[in-house]
Amino acid sequence: MSDETPAPETPATPAKPDGGDRKQPSMGKQIVDAIVTGNSVVVTFLAIVLGLVVGGILMVLSDQEVLDKYKYFFADPGDSLSASWTLVKNAYVALFEGSIVDPSTFDSNYAPFILGPISETISQATPLIFGGIAISIAFRAGLFNIGAQGQIIAGAILASWMGFQFDLPVGIHLILVILAGILGGAFYAAIAGVLKGRFGAHEVIITIMLNYIALYFLSWLLTTDAFQRPGTQQLIGKSAHSNATLPRLFGDELRINLGIILALAALVLYWWILNRSAMGFELRAVGSNPEAARTAGMSVPRAQVVAMALSGGMAGLIGVSQVMGPYNPAHSLTTAIDAGLGFTAITVALLGRTSPVGVLFASLLFGALQAGGSRMQASAGVSIDIVIVVQAVIVLMVAAPPLVRTIFRLKGAHSGGEGALVATETGGVGGES
Amino acid sequence: MTDERRPEPAENPDQEGGAHVSTVIAPEPEAPQAATGAAAKALERAALRRALVTGIGFIVIGLYALWAFGLGTESGVDAVFGMNVANNRGSEVSPLHVAARGTAIAMSVLCMVAGVLRIVLDKSRLARRLSVALFVVAFVVAFLCWAVAGKQMSFAGALQNTMLAATPLILGALAGVIGERSGVVNIAIEGQFLFGAFAAALTASVTGSLTAGLFAGAAAGGLVGLLLAVFAVRYLVEQVVLGVVINLLVSGITGFLYTQLLQPHSDRYNNPGVFENHKIPGLGDIPVIGPVLFDVNVIVYLMYALVIATHLGLFYTRWGLRARAVGEHPTAADTVGIKVNRTRYINVGLAGCIAGVGGAFLTIGTVGTFSKDMASGAGYIALAAVIFGRWRPFGAVAAALLFGFSKALATSLQPLHTAIPAEFLNMIPYVVTVFAVAGLVGKVSPPAAANKPYTKG
Amino acid sequence: MTALKLELRGITKRFGSLVANDHIDLTVEPGEIHCLLGENGAGKSTLMNVLYGLYEPTSGEIVVDGQPRTFRTAGDAIDAGIGMVHQHFMLVPVFTVAENVMLGEEETKALGWLDRRRARKKVLDLVAEYGLAVDPDVMVEDLPVGLQQRVEILKALVRDAKVLILDEPTAVLTPQETQELFRVMRALRASGHSIVFITHKLKEVKAVADRITVIRRGKVVGTAEPSASETELASLMVGRPVDLVVHKEPARPGDVRFTMDKVTVVDDLGNVHVDGVDLELREGEILGIAGVQGNGQTELTEAILGLRRPAAGKITLDGRDLSTLSPRKTLEMGVGFVPEDRQHDGIVGEFTVAENLVLDLVTRPPFGGGVAINPKSVRENAYKRVREFDIRTQSIDSPAGTLSGGNQQKVVVAREMSRPLRLFIASQPTRGVDVGAMEFIHQRIVAERDLGTPVIIVSTELDEVVALADRIAVMYRGRIVGIVPPTASREQLGLLMAGVDDPALLAAAAGKPDAEADGTTDSTDTTDSTNDGEEGQA
Repeated sequence: MSDETPAPETPATPAKPDGGDRKQPSMGKQIVDAIVTGNSVVVTFLAIVLGLVVGGILMVLSDQEVLDKYKYFFADPGDSLSASWTLVKNAYVALFEGSIVDPSTFDSNYAPFILGPISETISQATPLIFGGIAISIAFRAGLFNIGAQGQIIAGAILASWMGFQFDLPVGIHLILVILAGILGGAFYAAIAGVLKGRFGAHEVIITIMLNYIALYFLSWLLTTDAFQRPGTQQLIGKSAHSNATLPRLFGDELRINLGIILALAALVLYWWILNRSAMGFELRAVGSNPEAARTAGMSVPRAQVVAMALSGGMAGLIGVSQVMGPYNPAHSLTTAIDAGLGFTAITVALLGRTSPVGVLFASLLFGALQAGGSRMQASAGVSIDIVIVVQAVIVLMVAAPPLVRTIFRLKGAHSGGEGALVATETGGVGGES
Repeated sequence: MTDERRPEPAENPDQEGGAHVSTVIAPEPEAPQAATGAAAKALERAALRRALVTGIGFIVIGLYALWAFGLGTESGVDAVFGMNVANNRGSEVSPLHVAARGTAIAMSVLCMVAGVLRIVLDKSRLARRLSVALFVVAFVVAFLCWAVAGKQMSFAGALQNTMLAATPLILGALAGVIGERSGVVNIAIEGQFLFGAFAAALTASVTGSLTAGLFAGAAAGGLVGLLLAVFAVRYLVEQVVLGVVINLLVSGITGFLYTQLLQPHSDRYNNPGVFENHKIPGLGDIPVIGPVLFDVNVIVYLMYALVIATHLGLFYTRWGLRARAVGEHPTAADTVGIKVNRTRYINVGLAGCIAGVGGAFLTIGTVGTFSKDMASGAGYIALAAVIFGRWRPFGAVAAALLFGFSKALATSLQPLHTAIPAEFLNMIPYVVTVFAVAGLVGKVSPPAAANKPYTKG
Repeated sequence: MTALKLELRGITKRFGSLVANDHIDLTVEPGEIHCLLGENGAGKSTLMNVLYGLYEPTSGEIVVDGQPRTFRTAGDAIDAGIGMVHQHFMLVPVFTVAENVMLGEEETKALGWLDRRRARKKVLDLVAEYGLAVDPDVMVEDLPVGLQQRVEILKALVRDAKVLILDEPTAVLTPQETQELFRVMRALRASGHSIVFITHKLKEVKAVADRITVIRRGKVVGTAEPSASETELASLMVGRPVDLVVHKEPARPGDVRFTMDKVTVVDDLGNVHVDGVDLELREGEILGIAGVQGNGQTELTEAILGLRRPAAGKITLDGRDLSTLSPRKTLEMGVGFVPEDRQHDGIVGEFTVAENLVLDLVTRPPFGGGVAINPKSVRENAYKRVREFDIRTQSIDSPAGTLSGGNQQKVVVAREMSRPLRLFIASQPTRGVDVGAMEFIHQRIVAERDLGTPVIIVSTELDEVVALADRIAVMYRGRIVGIVPPTASREQLGLLMAGVDDPALLAAAAGKPDAEADGTTDSTDTTDSTNDGEEGQA
């Protein structure tokens, strides 16, 4: 029925495209509506709540002592429930104290202690911002880049090599390291872009395979004299010169570093590319309707290669921050240099709905979970793996708003196809209701 | 202009016109017609170019093999291939000694012959396929002669390792085939493996029954499959992205529970044991392949059955006809009263169970304990096998065996310290997949409605 | 068999605020061919989807032989004896005819094992009974559309359908195939089936219907007998007297500007879509390309734009070879291109109207040129075009996908006509467009011609080609089988569309001396001879 809407006889009044009444309700009503029907902000918030609830359930299920208490649940339900509550509460308090602020540090009056958790959150968010942009930019061009892991490794290899092989002046060295990282990631991703654009190979399969190829290549490199740290049999690379590392912004006590400035600049650049550049226009057109883009004279393969290269370049920046950042004191390569960030990046892009602002907030949230997770592991004895579960649940819920509404019994729960990532190929599925 | 029409009764065309009606509606293919004139020439040129590129490629690689493997092998040295698996319970076969240099040269020449055949016999489909197969086999043998020259490698052991690696891949690939044939891309095979492996190990440890573990593994895989189906079918989430997120979720859950529970209490929770092998009398005594194929454990036998059942089911039963209809043209299926989304739920759940069995093989079928992220990408390789095998069960089996074989070769050659580092041998399956997907698969098409949710007004 | 009486009472179907069907009453008597006549988008297909259980009606009831019935799924409708041949065939292309026919009603042995022999036999029995010759073992994708349609009819018959709904069945058929379909329809009527025949083509209604119900904007606006005149039916259908004739001056063709020389287009699978086409186009004339859908017209226009590279042959525009240029270069040369399927190829639904209005201009001044886009000029352009082309949109920032089909088409046409052109190509320029927009677009096309631009119009609507074109080239299986003036008879055009290029037959069909028709076998000469012929008539 898409071809229908009969044209009104009077050309002066514009037709209502979807016929909906578009009166602006009052501010208060809007807010109430948002909560009752569950718009995207509310859904996101509820998704986070659900993620934490699932995390809590898993904690209880995995704690032997608490489980043992459940054996006499019917005899003394209070005991098992309070034990569960204590366990989960302690864990989440640690999570909060590790990521936002720890009240016990107020007495010290020493700024680095008080600001420590926030600094951790921002430092952890830095690579996620790069990653969120990397995945988002590919999504916008209609590509799903699961290969950020390989691109991080490629970027890290080149950046690390540039870092230890040369000894250059302050500033220049870091700039060259950053460029090398971008180049490494961009080049590696472009391989997938070319295979997609030129040969029609599915980028998902290709990028997954390139991840493993990069991993094995890195393992081999770390056995060669050119890369392996002298005097060790372990798979560890040489350390970079100090001029090549990302300087800390507020002294040695806080890990917040130049990376966050780069990340914010990258966000601005991402916004500009999407909304103001001819290239971004083409990327979006190709991602949204490749046939129409082709008919309008755009080169789909070229746009795909460019999008993958941009995406890989951003992933390469993760490589730079992984080698030259504060969490790698030796500033050297290891086989775990990617730290799973290539996959976390996907969740960041999904939660942020591929928008620059969304990516920023999603990165900060997941950065906080990461930072708090470390504290939780140390002080509450809950493995940081729980963070992956919480993140995955949040993203799944955000992808399916009707499910969240069903769980919380909000209105309008019965329509699919409005999530963060609705299947688009059928066209018009998203506009069902 | 409509009123200008002649007052001739439309339903009654003149005699000659009527005669032509029959030619128009005769059952001959219309749009893609046989080429004529210039078009035929253009077609021939394209085909010839394809044949030349492939054929010359084979010849060049053959020349390289001749230089590197043939001439690069010391003369007068044998390559020795062991033909018995460890703990052999079948017929003993003495090791095979081949003259390394001579065989490598001969095989390199065969590579080039395959290239020539590819060009000369381009017209025949069978010849094209055989020439490719000949090339692959000859190249692998030439390579092995060079790598093993002056040393010994257990060929039977490599075959056995191939089966070990291929069994979960095949089960995962079957899950992928069923899912995609029904219109749901199953990238969550990795998650189904992992959850299946985890549940099998945990259940078998707690209950002390491997059979219970196997069922738990299947159920766990099915659960992940249903999760995928609910989000893909009910909430229309993009299936590929969804699959990756589900894999992350399962990796997180199993990783967390492993660290918190299985690792500290491994006697209680992570000590399931392994299924024993059963030899089939007769078949198990066939030299070399008997012990490899017919002295295996129950999960491998189950895999054989599932391959055959999936093939027959998909192409010869009502279930398969409907599944494929739902995957190719869901609207058409709906208009004849087939419940599209219910079919997808059932099939994706079923597929998850099969992948879950593959996961169970990883723990209670081979190593005996669960470890963190132990699927290590096998699910993705299984997915590649689905595509490589052109969405057909036996095609997927062939692809999975190829991947398994290259992995087994890497394992077998590692101790021989060949000039090629082990890391590069380990890369082979992934590199092969990249080439296969880029070169081959662009030309075959997946089920038309794969990755497309079905909704109706 | 026992025939069945079908009644729809007060059927209403809403999509959001859009009322697609508004209290529709319809009675189909046993053993009649009941024609449902209405414009594109009048709500005919929606009504039939309600009847077939694919949509649930908002209100109203379906009565079969006096019994009210509720159809929740297609299965319910099938059980009630209703069969449907959809406009877009509901056939699985990679299944055989027999598999398609048995799908959902499978003949099985134990364990759900398919009994293909019995399925084949069932098909062959029906084939024999109704004279619907088709091979049960052929893949459906290898069948011509006319035969695919038969498979659809077989599917309905095998399920004992007593009422057959045919939704726009003739859209994809040649005139001769249409006659064959009518023969089948009459045979079915004779055996006691009733048929609901949905169409917007007046001639077909008159040829085959027993009774006619006319629908306009979701409402029944009247019933008519087949004896009613076309003018009556047309005004009933569109609500006011229509004027299918496009007002235009006779063409004043100038020099040859555009040529195609033995152009051949082959796809990756080796199918030949365009086979040695020669064409010449002069300044200030409209060449209409007629033909049944899928005979290479699409590929021909795509080759001109550069979306497909010809395997052989040469395409020149003002002396410059286009055949090796990329689409962008071709567009920059001054080619305006309106693709056949606007939603698929013409607009990006998620982009705003403003963005869509510069979709292929964004790399050029004043909108761009360097790395950045000039958002101000994009907006100014949008305001201007929306006014000029009367595009009905809430705002220039609305996603183009929310516009009606006609307004989407105006966006495409506005974009492609908003710059100086050397060649204008439009495929199906008015498909799915309401009458008002259709007239507007036709006027713009004629105006473009009068500016001196050579114009190519591809349309499967014969009426449109005849009304618009100064010369008509008919394509059949990738070849131009004839070039005739717009005054050629329908029979002649129909024979050409069916691939008949026998001069004697064509001359008979034309009913006049061979002057126009003799060029049809040799298209290079045709240009001149038809031009002469046309001038003679003008």
